[in-house]
Amino acid sequence: MSTYFRIKPSEFIDETVRVSFKFNGKNYHGFKGDTLASALLANNVHLVGRSFKYHRPRGIMTAGSEEPNAIVQISDGTNRTEPNVRATEIEIYEGLEASSQNCWPSVNHDIGGINNAISAFLPAGFYYKTFMWPASFWEKYEYVIRHSAGLGKSPTERDPDVYDHRYIHCDVLVVGAGISGILAARNAAKNNLKTLLVDEKNELGGSTIYQNREFNKIENQNSSDWLKKEIKELRNIKNLEIKTRTSVAAFHGYNYLLARENLTDHLENKDKQGKIRQRLLKIRAKKVILATGALERPLIFNNNDRPGIMLSSAVKKYADFYGVVSGKKNVFFTNNDSAYESAFCLHNKGINVEAIIDIRESSNSKIVKAVEEAGIKIHWSHTIVDTRGYKRLSEISAMMLSNDGLSVTGSKINISCDCLGVAGGWTPAVHLFTQSGGKLKFDENDNVFLPNIYPSEQMSVGSCNGDFKLKEIISNLSTNLKQFLKVDKTDFDNVLIESEEENSKRNIWLLPSDKPIGKTKPFVDYQNDATAKDIKLALREGFRSIEHVKRYTTTGMGTDQGKLGNMHALGIIADTAGVKMSELGTTTFRPPYTPLTFGTIVGRNVGEYFDVFRRTPMNDWHIENKAEFENVGQWKRAWYYPANGETMHEAVQRESKAARESAGILDASTLGKIDIQGTDASEFLNRVYTNAWSKLGIGKCRYGLMLNEDGMVYDDGVTTRLGENHYLMTTTTGGAANVLGKLEDYLQTEWPELDVYLTSVTDHFATASICGPNSKKILNKLIPDLDLSEESFPHMSFKNAQIGNIKCRIMRISFTGEHSYEINVQSNYGKAIWEKCMEAGKEFSITPYGTETMHLLRAEKGFIIVGQDTDGTMTPIDLQMDWIVSKKKYDFIGKRSLYRSDTMKEERKQLVGLLTDDPNIVLEEGAQIVSDLNQSPVNMLGHVTSSYYSPNLKKSIALAVVRGGKNMMGKKLFIPMEDKTINVTIENPVFFDTENKRLNA
Amino acid sequence: MFLINCPYCGERDHQEFKAGGEAHIERPKQPTELSDDEWAEYLFMRKNIKGIQFERWNHAHGCRKWFNMVRDTSNDQIKLIYKMGEKPPAE
Repeated sequence: MSTYFRIKPSEFIDETVRVSFKFNGKNYHGFKGDTLASALLANNVHLVGRSFKYHRPRGIMTAGSEEPNAIVQISDGTNRTEPNVRATEIEIYEGLEASSQNCWPSVNHDIGGINNAISAFLPAGFYYKTFMWPASFWEKYEYVIRHSAGLGKSPTERDPDVYDHRYIHCDVLVVGAGISGILAARNAAKNNLKTLLVDEKNELGGSTIYQNREFNKIENQNSSDWLKKEIKELRNIKNLEIKTRTSVAAFHGYNYLLARENLTDHLENKDKQGKIRQRLLKIRAKKVILATGALERPLIFNNNDRPGIMLSSAVKKYADFYGVVSGKKNVFFTNNDSAYESAFCLHNKGINVEAIIDIRESSNSKIVKAVEEAGIKIHWSHTIVDTRGYKRLSEISAMMLSNDGLSVTGSKINISCDCLGVAGGWTPAVHLFTQSGGKLKFDENDNVFLPNIYPSEQMSVGSCNGDFKLKEIISNLSTNLKQFLKVDKTDFDNVLIESEEENSKRNIWLLPSDKPIGKTKPFVDYQNDATAKDIKLALREGFRSIEHVKRYTTTGMGTDQGKLGNMHALGIIADTAGVKMSELGTTTFRPPYTPLTFGTIVGRNVGEYFDVFRRTPMNDWHIENKAEFENVGQWKRAWYYPANGETMHEAVQRESKAARESAGILDASTLGKIDIQGTDASEFLNRVYTNAWSKLGIGKCRYGLMLNEDGMVYDDGVTTRLGENHYLMTTTTGGAANVLGKLEDYLQTEWPELDVYLTSVTDHFATASICGPNSKKILNKLIPDLDLSEESFPHMSFKNAQIGNIKCRIMRISFTGEHSYEINVQSNYGKAIWEKCMEAGKEFSITPYGTETMHLLRAEKGFIIVGQDTDGTMTPIDLQMDWIVSKKKYDFIGKRSLYRSDTMKEERKQLVGLLTDDPNIVLEEGAQIVSDLNQSPVNMLGHVTSSYYSPNLKKSIALAVVRGGKNMMGKKLFIPMEDKTINVTIENPVFFDTENKRLNA
Repeated sequence: MFLINCPYCGERDHQEFKAGGEAHIERPKQPTELSDDEWAEYLFMRKNIKGIQFERWNHAHGCRKWFNMVRDTSNDQIKLIYKMGEKPPAE
């Protein structure tokens, strides 16, 4: 292995700790402190991936989270795998395995590379334009396209890691621990403000910490040395919490930020065990200081994407921070002084810099002079017109730029090189600022968008605010910080600073080539293979809005969200369309800043914690007795109890017969229960239910229907008058919380004069409902001294009683049409009372039944279920429940709406019964009902809402809503299904015991 | 991600709250006296303003009290919070 590419490392790399890892199946080694990218470069590996569309070979371009190319899949042979990770962010550890994505069979021999050869036929919008016809072929196209696209492989097994969420409240949050962030955090904490400083990297100090810039001095010390001292002191400051490897993903309104703290990704597999992998921090900060820095821009020129072409700042960071040389023969291409710093740094380390191509005419700054004096050749007013080298850069060609920058002249200079550092200026990282709702302004001088209008208590400092030189960074920070924190002074008000001066600039968004643009490949978005040519095509085709051009060309839509090239895309659009950048605006910056794993987002809310559920006190009994469960709202309800291998149908048929022939028992604990007290309780019920409540006697129960103000049925249930000013309301299981909310709303806002108090007691009581002809005998066995005669305890009445030591409220109410009792006890006695009922009912073969049988039994009686037979568009009149709507009451919720012209229409959908001509056919719920099969288009009259096979009637029954159904009794209709048409007849919805004799049997 | 100053509990995260639509729409005292149009005006017609809007909010996962909020919908700035029954500001 060549050691040439590792020069004397800096203090950030621990050469005593060798780390081996695998990339694309091959063994390599690096040192502790390396990223995967730096370790690969040290091994002279540049080719790390293929581009998305043309499958062009791509190399490492950056040294940070903005990386568009070096996107890899991490896997360790177990079910722990993660796609789309940036090699520039992965800290290597012993045993790391990474592989290239988007190539097959391998990154060196990629069949998709043929797309590059035929790229002339793959313009912007190619897929939209080509695969439109014939429409029926899309499924076939899609298979091939999806197969050839795709970035990385998603895991197929359950994620073995644990993730966490944490809330943090602080006075000041500082995002970014470069020199600005460190100084800001330090001064905030020293002013007794609870401060949190976060940075996405594992080291503090940003770019200042490793840059041995000759021309940047603070207090006569090298700026990096000065900053190291500051960082050392940070650790001793009270009130300051520091989190590294923590990337802020989102900045929402009211200073609410989401950040991902990475805890174990840098550890060896054995050290990962038992630890939380990542933590989502939900931060609410009184003040936010953004010190997110700036990203270096590339330059857009022909074939600017080959492996070996990197940002000049990345070349410098690999050399300074990681001690890694990116090439043996280096060339720089620039429009500002940044490349000179990189060139000078390499030169000082004894690394060959062949030349600098500069599009400017000249520059007088000290650093340029130093480079000139070092003997490095500078080609002023030149641009690169082409590059060569398939899997690695081998040569560049440069030519003289015309004065207007639109064309090239003169003869070609060819320079052979294996690394090209590109410096196109700096783009302030304003992503978080704009996410928070901040408005940008365009700075014509630096060609950057800068924070302008702040939507919350926040401040941007340093280069993300457009301050690029050390002197302006520190002095502006000092001024602004005093104002922002409302303090008189900072620690660094009077530090002596020496920094490089303003340099000359020349900005050309798209650099010309000697070839016409149609024959060039100037990449703007590297990850999505969008070129300047594509953007121009989009404009030619009539796209004007920046948002549309983005979507049509896919510029900025990769996992990197176009962090590198978005500014150039805007610039090229502005130049081509002849508008100003300030008028064009930017595309919307959306969270997350860097991708988050799903694990981090869901945190602990996985498995049984994904959605909490509620269980009744009898739940254990249901489980012991092999019940199948169904979800009703958040509740787990016993659905049916299959015995001896019964199917669901068999179990339900058996349970339904038993309930009508002898006795059945249902766990009704989930019904919503609201305790209503107060001197105006009766008046309140009068206003919320459609029927009258004033005359309900104490100890009596009444069924009530509740409407919305629009007249549509909202909820139903039985309410019992427990005392003069005391009622117990029951609601549907799923509607309980909303009903309580609605009642509270009216009490607080419309009728505050009413003396009424509401308490949810759903969880306080458990309910066992026993029904059937033998239910009376069973209750008699349980409470022998309770008078169960019709006179003493009639249907729709209530008694307090005691079973053993257990106090209970017994309501004689029925949802099945059978003689039945609901026994309510304090929740913790729920299982005990259930078991007592089972014991007492043994001689009558009492049969537990679940929700499915309950539904069947009530359907036999034509009782509705709100939410199944109604859908928010049914009035009580539509349900043929006119009997429950009081004509005498002056008002109740929804009353006026029942007399609107629309709700009074005859042809509204109305609830009816349906019988199939063939009694063995059970209709499908949701099936459509028509009257004329030959009509085209066919007129849908309505649909089936409930459908069962009734064992007690020995035929199928159904409830349905049908337009004008009320006046269609006996009418024959049709239900067209995929394979047949079913003939049905409209009937009265009460199928069983139409005279209600069984209630009192 | 509002931070809402509940008039009864103080500042809380907006996850604890439920929005309840436009404020100061009083339920008519005599609905039966109203024409269909007048009733429809109460029932259905709501403003959807870009700018200053008066809204009802409920501290659903807290004290469960309803209150009023003046919010600029264009930038989500909460201008004022006041209790149910209190008069809206003149502006």
